[in-house]
Amino acid sequence: MRAYTRLALAGFRRYSTYRQAMVAGMATNIAFGLLRMAVLVAAIGQGPIAGYDVAATATYVWLGQGLMAFVLLYSDKQLSDRIRSGDVVIDLYRPWHLQLALLAEDVGRAGYAAVVRLVPPVAFGAVFFPFRWPSAGTLPLFAVSAVLALVISFGMRFLVNATTFWLLDNRGVHGLYMSCTWVLCGLAVPIAFFPDWARDILWSTPFPAIFQAPIDVFLEQGAPGTILVNQAFWAVVVLVAGHLVLNRAVRKVVVQGG
Amino acid sequence: MAESVYVRIIGARLRGQMSYRTSFALQCLAQAVTQLGELLVILVLFNRVSALGGFSVNEVVLMYAIAGTAFGIADMVAGQLDQLPTYIRTGTFDVVLLRPLGTLAQMMTSDVQLRKIGRVGAGLATLVYAVNHNDIGWSPFTVLLVVAAPIGGAVIFGSIWIMANAICFWLVDGQELANTVTYGSSAFTSYPATVYGPWLRRFFAFVIPGAFVAYYPSLALLGRPDPLGGPALLGWISPLVAVVAAGVAGLVWRSAVRHYRGTGS
Repeated sequence: MRAYTRLALAGFRRYSTYRQAMVAGMATNIAFGLLRMAVLVAAIGQGPIAGYDVAATATYVWLGQGLMAFVLLYSDKQLSDRIRSGDVVIDLYRPWHLQLALLAEDVGRAGYAAVVRLVPPVAFGAVFFPFRWPSAGTLPLFAVSAVLALVISFGMRFLVNATTFWLLDNRGVHGLYMSCTWVLCGLAVPIAFFPDWARDILWSTPFPAIFQAPIDVFLEQGAPGTILVNQAFWAVVVLVAGHLVLNRAVRKVVVQGG
Repeated sequence: MAESVYVRIIGARLRGQMSYRTSFALQCLAQAVTQLGELLVILVLFNRVSALGGFSVNEVVLMYAIAGTAFGIADMVAGQLDQLPTYIRTGTFDVVLLRPLGTLAQMMTSDVQLRKIGRVGAGLATLVYAVNHNDIGWSPFTVLLVVAAPIGGAVIFGSIWIMANAICFWLVDGQELANTVTYGSSAFTSYPATVYGPWLRRFFAFVIPGAFVAYYPSLALLGRPDPLGGPALLGWISPLVAVVAAGVAGLVWRSAVRHYRGTGS
């Protein structure tokens, strides 16, 4: 356990080294937030849609701009690069569970992201736009929901990366994951904007659980209990799936040019 | 002489990309899905509202189709400039300077990403749909504009890409700022300029000539006056804007390259 705590701390420190990149990232984040705000505000100009008035929309956009970096919506390529280069063999030899080790590191990364990438856009939104704060009792629930979202997002990214064991080049799967996620998870438009039938289908996939779920908890839309149970279910599913996939993959690893 | 070198470079890049066939097919698909995902978002919004910024669903789809196709072409040709910071940080740009070929052309051919054809294809399909579902007064001029708008838009996007990434010669970590301008202008141009507030519009429509990619050409095709009060002429001059933008981008790149200092490592 101590090893995993250390890995989480190392993850935190590793990402805190790039300060200039952080400032640039913040500016980009805010610019995209403004663009997203404009389109949605124009849409709700004729009256609220699915419970989204200006305040709820602003909260959805600015909280979302932060959560996007916290859960890391877009797949990373670290593991797949190590599988391609064969370095993953070293990782598999180490006295740890590879999936848990990577999760620990990702938790550290997210911890840093919470400070520098989640708080600033939320503060920006709260200062410059009407903002809907939840009641004090909701905030702990939101924290739990955000952490579950992070775990599910990690689990899905792990699965995307693990396809490299079979394909050797996972850029296709990676690209497909990125191109679907932003619509399916509720980043492009709130899931509530979809027609009823599409909404039901979307909520039966793990995608809303990584993004729309914590926002819904924050906005107090829907029963928080149901949302958290849905997230807990998907967290278990993707982690177990990742574990099984890794077990199968290990039997298949070929050390290229070793 | 130089031309044949580029043909060979591009040929080699393309063959390289085809070597992982499954991955390549999936990457093309991913590009098409990205493009159609943006279309889906517009349709979901219009499922709830009847007009966006004063335009109907088919009119917005027309603007989106022109912008998306233009961005797809620009991304295929100039998207490799996103790698510039890596070239500068690792000192690989020295090698580019030593070769007897233009630096900009070398950077752009460093990896022509054929998979982006998926995006262009989906954009063109949307454009065909949009042209058929809008009331366009056909004349030789409008036909010419339908063809010229995505190409001119691609040149404008490409110029934006060059200028934005040139900032990395001064600021090595400037990539994300460049993204604000490149991917940000793609997001901006997909919707009518009337949707945005005055400050965003001034920046993305005129400082960066984003409004000339899709907004003004679409107004000209639809025969609609500009709700923002611009003259009708603006819809027809986007190829001219593209030529000017390309010229400025060339000058910016030249002066940026002069500022390059090796990393010294």
